Amino acid sequence: MLKITGLEKTFNPGTVNAKTALSGLDLVLEDGDFVTVIGGNGAGKSTLLNAIAGVWKPDYGTIELDGVDVTNMPEHKRAAFLGRVFQDPMKGTAPDMEIAENLAIASKRGIRRRFVWGVKRSDREEYKKLLATLELGLEDRLSTKVGLLSGGQRQAVTLLMATLNRPKLLLLDEHTAALDPKTAAKVLHITNKIVSENKLTTLMITHNMHDAIEYGNRLIMMHEGRVVVDVRGEEKKKLTIDMLLKLFEASSGSRFGDDKAILSK
Amino acid sequence: MVFLNALPGAVAEGLIWGLMAIGVYISYKILDIADLSVDGSICTGMCVSAVLITAGVPAWLSIIVAFLAGAVAGMVTGLFHTALGIPSILAGILTQLILYSVNLTILGGRSLIQISARNYSLVLNMGNNPMAILAAVVVIAAVIIGLWLFFYTEIGLTLKSTGDNPDMSRAQGVDVSRNKVIGLAISNGIVALAGALLAQYKGSANINEGRGAIVVGLAAIFIGLSVSLKIKPNFVVSLIGVVGGGIVYYLIYNFVILLGLKTDFLKMLSALIVVIFLAVPYLKKQYFTKQKPLRMSPVPDEEEKGGEADA
Repeated sequence: MLKITGLEKTFNPGTVNAKTALSGLDLVLEDGDFVTVIGGNGAGKSTLLNAIAGVWKPDYGTIELDGVDVTNMPEHKRAAFLGRVFQDPMKGTAPDMEIAENLAIASKRGIRRRFVWGVKRSDREEYKKLLATLELGLEDRLSTKVGLLSGGQRQAVTLLMATLNRPKLLLLDEHTAALDPKTAAKVLHITNKIVSENKLTTLMITHNMHDAIEYGNRLIMMHEGRVVVDVRGEEKKKLTIDMLLKLFEASSGSRFGDDKAILSK
Repeated sequence: MVFLNALPGAVAEGLIWGLMAIGVYISYKILDIADLSVDGSICTGMCVSAVLITAGVPAWLSIIVAFLAGAVAGMVTGLFHTALGIPSILAGILTQLILYSVNLTILGGRSLIQISARNYSLVLNMGNNPMAILAAVVVIAAVIIGLWLFFYTEIGLTLKSTGDNPDMSRAQGVDVSRNKVIGLAISNGIVALAGALLAQYKGSANINEGRGAIVVGLAAIFIGLSVSLKIKPNFVVSLIGVVGGGIVYYLIYNFVILLGLKTDFLKMLSALIVVIFLAVPYLKKQYFTKQKPLRMSPVPDEEEKGGEADA
């Protein structure tokens, strides 16, 4: 499904601020994998997702999606295969446009857009049903500007937009990190529902080890731009936070202390 | 009394500038780009229309050609910005300078071309203000309907989202660069169209016309939206508001002239109107907002639309 080989990326190369974010990362995802990604600050988690999304070109390495080499494909073309939800709730939706208009744009992701009415009456009915599944009362607010919604509501709408047109791969970049705990739990619940109902292949970054263990069928831990722990299937079901910490120390060769503040239990 | 006599003329010219402001609205408000090429493209519209009319082309056709010429100018700005990576504000200034030479060439090296209504059949002229107002209203209505239809199509919606949130747009497969070029083409096309009307209304095209047009457009937008957003914040009402803003601007302009202000100061007045409308919301936010009580749940700042990819 997704095949990443030898991915490398250094920001500000040749300067004192040079920062190697990815250093020869390899990763293969199977169809239907729901992978949670954890790792300390600067481990390269977001960089990995941005590389897959095509925000910039990697220095070395290739990214293959379903057998297609997308390494040099521009971001907006790659979007045809990808659903994305960002950490910043402001980033995934157009605030000055109606909920229905946002959904309408998302419904044409990867499809050639035409000079025909953007939001048809039949579309509105469909969006209503979809919004109802979020259980946030948004189904009656199709004409509301998205900018008037709360962060949690916006993330839920973004999730819907990312999956409206079934993506080959769903990229969730700490999409609950900016929300309060209660809202975060709700958005995570919706996420899990959408992912499992549609059997979406998903990469979800989280800073919460508990969530990382609870959700998904596979867990990877990143450290210094590489995958250092990869646990899946039955093995993952038995995983505990203590085991995770030990795995991290064993594979990265460093104590976990530095990262404790960032990875919350 | 004098003011009342000047009223029809102020309304007619205000309508034309209001139409121009619709063009500026598309770049400034929808695409979120302050496009300075409009100072040149309004003059291009005037020159193209005037030269074509003196060459015997029907006045209405010259307006359409002016639109196309403006659209090309807008595309140039758009390509400078998107394909060549020049900051949008500088791209606009460069196009504006290029257009000065282009406009001189269109005028055949002269700095002024007269198209008097006595010698040519024009769509509108200042000798007949009621008819000029009617003609301007018809053109504006056609433009607003056209824009309304366009901006609610599948493609039109992505133009709105391009300015509103480029990150979201790219994530939804929108070619943000292409959309900016299209949007700037439409914007400058409308500005040049307004220029064509202006040349016919005034009966001349002057190479120095159009300097500061962006400022007049912005003033019309701010004046118009300050009212129309309170009525109903929707696209068509906003556009009508912007045209209304153009009329109000010209009424103020005429009124100030009547008060005896030296015409030398008119450009400064336009600029000050824009300064006030931009500064007031900022100062309000900066100095007159009380700090909010502590919130339990952290909500990220909404100040930045874009942002760097975090490593």
